[in-house]
Amino acid sequence: MRFALRRLAFFVVTLWACLTLNFMLPRMMPGSPITAMMAKYHGRVTPQALQAIENAFGVDTHASLVTQYVRYLGDMATGNFGISLTVTGEPVSQVIKSAIPWTLGLVGVTTVLAFVLGTLIGILGAWRRGGWLDGILPPVFVITSAIPFFWIAMMLILLFSSQFHLFPPAGAYADTLTPSLSWAFVSSVVRYAFLPACAILITSIGGWILTMRNTMVTVLAEDYIRMARAKGLSGPRIMFWYAARNAILPNLSGFAMSLGFVVSGAILVEYVFSYPGVGYMLLQAVQNEDYALMQALFLLITVAVLVAILLADIATALLDPRTRAAR
Amino acid sequence: MAATGLSTGPGQAGPGQLPGMAGPAGAAPGAWAGSAALGRLWRAVRSNRKAAVGAAILAVFCVLAAVPGLIAHDNPEADAYPRSLGPSAQHLLGTTAYGQDIFAQAVWGARETLIIALVSGVISTVLSAVMGIAAAYLGGLWDGGLNLITDILLVIPTFPLLIVLVAYLPNGGLVPLIAVLVITGYSYGARQLRAQALSMRDRDFLEAARVRGERRLYIVFVEIIPALTSLIVATFLGTAVYNVLAAAGLQFIGFGDPNSLSWGTMLYWAENNAALQTGQYLWAIVPGACIALLGAAFALLNYAFDEIGNPALRPVRKYRTRHDA
Repeated sequence: MRFALRRLAFFVVTLWACLTLNFMLPRMMPGSPITAMMAKYHGRVTPQALQAIENAFGVDTHASLVTQYVRYLGDMATGNFGISLTVTGEPVSQVIKSAIPWTLGLVGVTTVLAFVLGTLIGILGAWRRGGWLDGILPPVFVITSAIPFFWIAMMLILLFSSQFHLFPPAGAYADTLTPSLSWAFVSSVVRYAFLPACAILITSIGGWILTMRNTMVTVLAEDYIRMARAKGLSGPRIMFWYAARNAILPNLSGFAMSLGFVVSGAILVEYVFSYPGVGYMLLQAVQNEDYALMQALFLLITVAVLVAILLADIATALLDPRTRAAR
Repeated sequence: MAATGLSTGPGQAGPGQLPGMAGPAGAAPGAWAGSAALGRLWRAVRSNRKAAVGAAILAVFCVLAAVPGLIAHDNPEADAYPRSLGPSAQHLLGTTAYGQDIFAQAVWGARETLIIALVSGVISTVLSAVMGIAAAYLGGLWDGGLNLITDILLVIPTFPLLIVLVAYLPNGGLVPLIAVLVITGYSYGARQLRAQALSMRDRDFLEAARVRGERRLYIVFVEIIPALTSLIVATFLGTAVYNVLAAAGLQFIGFGDPNSLSWGTMLYWAENNAALQTGQYLWAIVPGACIALLGAAFALLNYAFDEIGNPALRPVRKYRTRHDA
């Protein structure tokens, strides 16, 4: 219980730090980027929108920093994130709502897939220590971990889109379709998501394999494994119920955490494929100097990660009594 | 080992994703352990195939970065040659849509990429060591405060934070880029070093130093830091890989100096000119392959040091037990 409270306190402090960072950054930066942005947008958006930005970022205002800060915290707490300039005049919360499902669908499904496949391969690799799987995996992982995400995405486009025209290079579904639950639309979404999903899978699966394999190698040296062998238990039974079961904890807590990173996990892949998710939107916001949208997205990403970490910590404490006792 | 409840796993964004952070090596204590550890590292590089390959690739790139003019005689600047040529004897890898020689660009690009990796890697590692060891050694309020800062930076998603920070910086050059990489990248190493330094606090050799009446600074620099050499090296290599990739990513989306000569910037221009759609494949393939090679060099070294530090992970000869049959 005390442990949960401590983690909760950390959650609140980190959230506060992020909010404050968001508040301070535009006010501290040299060359006042906000003023520059205002000048650029002058005449292109409504005076009300400009006024809203002035209020939000403390330009031309006589209110003290403290007053601004209190109002800012109030706005964030009530979900009033301001007006987006990228999608002119729409409230930021509305814009974000349209992006979230795409990211959750693409990155969420891929994260689960990478975890399941990676863990299984890691188990097999460690079980057949020195076998062919164990021989090729580490070097392959070293290489995939060093390749830039976005470059893999580009190469996939080059191969499967430019050369063989198997999959579309950009977007989330065919322009000719309107979103609905029809077969045509759903299959189009799957087709468009295939290449980005491959790019994420290739780069993220290695971490799961390596962690699982390394923990499993350590667990396999334990006495209770020898005991299980001495009892004459079958290979698969020892592999899954004695070794993997005890070795999966780091991967499991990593998985809980990576669910939080789903929201921000594939910014560059989304960018390369112009996939209309949260990451692509964040970059759009930055390129259009849409600071209100950018701040809200950053906050969303951070909150997602914080919640996931909180859950991962609690799950680890529940699953592994040793982490509780160590405190 | 760690006294706080933050678990790190493969899903963690940031330097934590890389291999080599798994287990700190238990170095022998004492002042002489530093040079002994370095000697061991050198022997390891020579005896471990992964380490040797990594070191060789790194050496090649260092040569390219040091004397690019000797290797690529062509001019890497724009409009020097006819545009969009294919590979030929004059232009080994062809030219870009701006008439730059791709081979020359790739060779000259090594310099900035390596500078970013090494400088930001060294600074973040030093910061990790200072924050981590100070927190562990000073204890009490210092530990609480420093640790809180590190923990907060550790959980804020790194790449989005990088993007937000860079978004507010006026078109900066290398210095802001490196500063931002250091701020966002030091925390993982600091946490690991703190945990390891904490575990050493009550060891006999430190007790002996205290009884001898050594000063605090002496203990930190001559007793503690040498004993942490392998972990510090692992931290540096992990951070270097991450920074190479992060910097390339930022430059790729246009947050770098678009006139600089680096692999990330090359990719930015290739993407902006739809190099993949217009058949200028080499323009996009070459810089990406260079980044991957450099990253792989650091990752290989890292992986090798991990094996050296944790003997359980060393490759074993294939053996058969009755259970396999």
